[in-house]
Amino acid sequence: MSIEVQDIRKTFGRFVALDGVSLDFPTGELIALLGPSGCGKTTLLRIIAGLEWPDKGRVLFDGHDASHRDVRERQVGFVFQHYALFRHMTVLENIAFGLRVKPQGSRPSEADIQRRVGDLLELVQLGWLAHRYPAQLSGGQRQRIALARALAVEPRVLLLDEPFGALDAKVRKELRRWLRRLHDELHITSIFVTHDQDEALEVADRVVLMNKGRIEQSGTAQAVYEHPATAFAYSFLGAVNRFAGRVDGHSLRIGGGAVPLCESNAADGEEVIAFARPHELHILTGEAQQGIPVTVSRVLLGGATARVELTGSAGSNGHAEPQHFEVELTRQQLSDLDLQPGQPVRLTSARLRVFPAARE
Amino acid sequence: MAHIRAHRVLPGFGLSLGFTLAYLSLIVLVPLAAVFLKTITLTPEAFWQTVSAPRVVASYRLTFGTSLLAAAINVVFGLLLAWSLVRYRFPGKRLVDALVDLPFALPTAVAGISLTALYAKNGWLGQYLEPLGIKVAFTPLGVLVALIFIGLPFVVRTVQPVLEDLDTEIEEAAASLGAGRWQTVWRVVLPTLLPALLTGFALAFARAVGEYGSVIFIAGNLPMVSEITPLIIITKLEQYDYTGATAVAAVMLVASFVLLLTINGLQGWTDRRAARNG
Amino acid sequence: MAGAATALGGLRGAARFEANTATRDPAWVKGLVLSLSLGFFLLFLLLPLIAVFVEALRRGWSVYLAALIEPDAVSAIRLTLLTAAIAVPLNLVFGIAAAWTITKFDFRGKQMLITFIDLPFSVSPVIAGLIYVLVFGAQGWFGPWLGEHGIKIIFAVPGIVLATVFVTFPFVARELIPLMQAQGRDEEEAALVLGASGWQMFRKITLPNIKWALLYGVILCNARAMGEFGAVSVVSGHIRGVTNTMPLHVEILYNEYQFAAAFAVASLLALLALVTLAVKTYVEWRASQTAQPGEVP
Repeated sequence: MSIEVQDIRKTFGRFVALDGVSLDFPTGELIALLGPSGCGKTTLLRIIAGLEWPDKGRVLFDGHDASHRDVRERQVGFVFQHYALFRHMTVLENIAFGLRVKPQGSRPSEADIQRRVGDLLELVQLGWLAHRYPAQLSGGQRQRIALARALAVEPRVLLLDEPFGALDAKVRKELRRWLRRLHDELHITSIFVTHDQDEALEVADRVVLMNKGRIEQSGTAQAVYEHPATAFAYSFLGAVNRFAGRVDGHSLRIGGGAVPLCESNAADGEEVIAFARPHELHILTGEAQQGIPVTVSRVLLGGATARVELTGSAGSNGHAEPQHFEVELTRQQLSDLDLQPGQPVRLTSARLRVFPAARE
Repeated sequence: MAHIRAHRVLPGFGLSLGFTLAYLSLIVLVPLAAVFLKTITLTPEAFWQTVSAPRVVASYRLTFGTSLLAAAINVVFGLLLAWSLVRYRFPGKRLVDALVDLPFALPTAVAGISLTALYAKNGWLGQYLEPLGIKVAFTPLGVLVALIFIGLPFVVRTVQPVLEDLDTEIEEAAASLGAGRWQTVWRVVLPTLLPALLTGFALAFARAVGEYGSVIFIAGNLPMVSEITPLIIITKLEQYDYTGATAVAAVMLVASFVLLLTINGLQGWTDRRAARNG
Repeated sequence: MAGAATALGGLRGAARFEANTATRDPAWVKGLVLSLSLGFFLLFLLLPLIAVFVEALRRGWSVYLAALIEPDAVSAIRLTLLTAAIAVPLNLVFGIAAAWTITKFDFRGKQMLITFIDLPFSVSPVIAGLIYVLVFGAQGWFGPWLGEHGIKIIFAVPGIVLATVFVTFPFVARELIPLMQAQGRDEEEAALVLGASGWQMFRKITLPNIKWALLYGVILCNARAMGEFGAVSVVSGHIRGVTNTMPLHVEILYNEYQFAAAFAVASLLALLALVTLAVKTYVEWRASQTAQPGEVP
């Protein structure tokens, strides 16, 4: 089922949680709503589910207006952040709940319910836990039971609120892969909320990046990562170095130095914010005049690449405090440069991305 | 586009709020308002004369004085009892823990006659105290004993959970910084318990001020000496002096409201403390 | 918390403190604190409880039983049961409604509502009786009207019930509110998403989650309803065999120097108190049992 939200606005008292959000969720995709806490992503998910009602705007399921449909009638599967498993019911009873509360006419027979619950337990690979209580399960097991429970009613769409938020790092990685595989099997339209960019980029077909109640950017995971549309998108996705400066012809003036600009639509003399990923920065030694002056503070070796931490002078990022930069190098590059802590070097980049300072 | 009204997803808000407010108003708010509406039918002079009559003033002194003293005693022993229950292992602990709530569950009249039987001249304890010149039953001291009885669980039950939740790391930190056991308790543990102790004190005090059943059997009820304010109200009612009874009740109600607000403030403080520690 | 507990191999309760050098008190301190606190407990709590039963049986079982089956005592017991049978269900329904409103919804004035619900706790029982005299008494607001229609509330059973409802008003709500606050709204929302109706949600999810607290609230409410003395004393009129509840009957017997009989009836109320405490202990034990398996490593 496809989902469309149109011009959704939602306020809590004076706080604007969603400010004119419109989105399309095509049938069968797995989509991540990504953003920092308080950006409105969970509110949007709850509005789609019918757990929250918007002040303004519409929710369409397969093109039909579902805005006034009660949560019970929307046929959504919802996995709560803390799972919301019924603590006084066994795993089996939890999964069967949605089937057992169906009105007499449409309720499956007890045998059908048992069979369906059995199938779902097999799907989430936890059949041996059928008679345990939620309190006796680990976090990852609870998560999978919550998912099985949501799937039992054959929802037309699956909504997951921070599905891996409460789990430790190792379990989280496993469950991510498992969710992706499950989605590839079931092909049910799924939306999940997360604040973890790695999670969004790794699991989802498409990523919707949100900030302060608005949509910053939406597209395939790769597109969003490779071509951030806004300063927020750039700084939220992945490690980043940030510069504040002024455009001066074909270069950017930053504090006491300048970095060449290859692509920029900023006007001459404009104050801008510029970003570069750690692997997009270059360290220049010797008598180079290019780039901005910085000092090496630490060299960190780890794995195939090395990281160099550098300190700029105060004011190089528009703040009074000295700024810290991070550069990622190959082992080879590092040994060629032969950096020592305290050594003055210059920093430059061929791939500086520039955004107007006011839009940040 | 259709207008979307304010919507609550969980059902029953209108029904449950409506019922709650109606029931609250019928049973509590409207009848309580009667006290104040009745009071304002009195002229200020008549009101003042009633509530400042020497016998009434003596009852305030007794009621509030013994309530304060009882609450203070309960703070000390309530803390010791809570400490014992949380920190020490000893035989019969479960029983002690369960029976601490006895004053909540035991009808006040039963407590009243039982305490009187213990402390009367020929009673279990009275027979030993009387020769020493200590008269408990039918004196203000008897009032104090009854108020200690009914107030004890308030202190224990407010301090106990806070003490249980107290992170042992705090005391470990104090010890690692070179503090002695006594210094740790005095400077680290007790200040943490202070809001709970004060809340327990206020709760015990508030309960004691209004107490009637457990007191009247042991108090002797001598005017000017061992007559508590609630009994003044009853006496006036029995003489069909409804306005007089209501005037005194209004004074007590105002005192209760002030105490209630104080307790709410203290509980807020306790909770915030607890949140910070957690 | 968790860190400290695991460091000591998961010791629970007081052992956790006694095994830790930083929190262990010297033996003499423990001895002193224990003897002071337990001495106080013995003197002020245990002794009065024991005294009730000893005094009740002082003149033997036959006197004890005679005091309980005598007609006035029987009618007092019957009235007490009737009063509780009306007051407790009323406050049970109120407690659930109030707790549901307060814990599952956000609205303005919630804090004030909570304070109002606590109000009867801080009002002297004597005043609780007085207010109904002012409203329904012969000289009260509705007194003349009630008199004309031959309805008696004060110095009659309805007044006793009303006063009892007032003093036991907050008990169930006070037990439920903190628990339901802690449990949150997720499980109810999950039930709705899964298609449950409002009633199914309440019966299958909410009620099972609060049943132990509800039971304790009811038991406590019941103990207080059966034992209330001050408020009932004001509105009862003390008519023997008609408007006497058990506590009032105890008072009358005591004032007539029928001590053994007074304590006999009192012992029934004391037994009720002990049952109440037993249920409380059981409920708390149940609660801790369901809480513990939650700590999965």
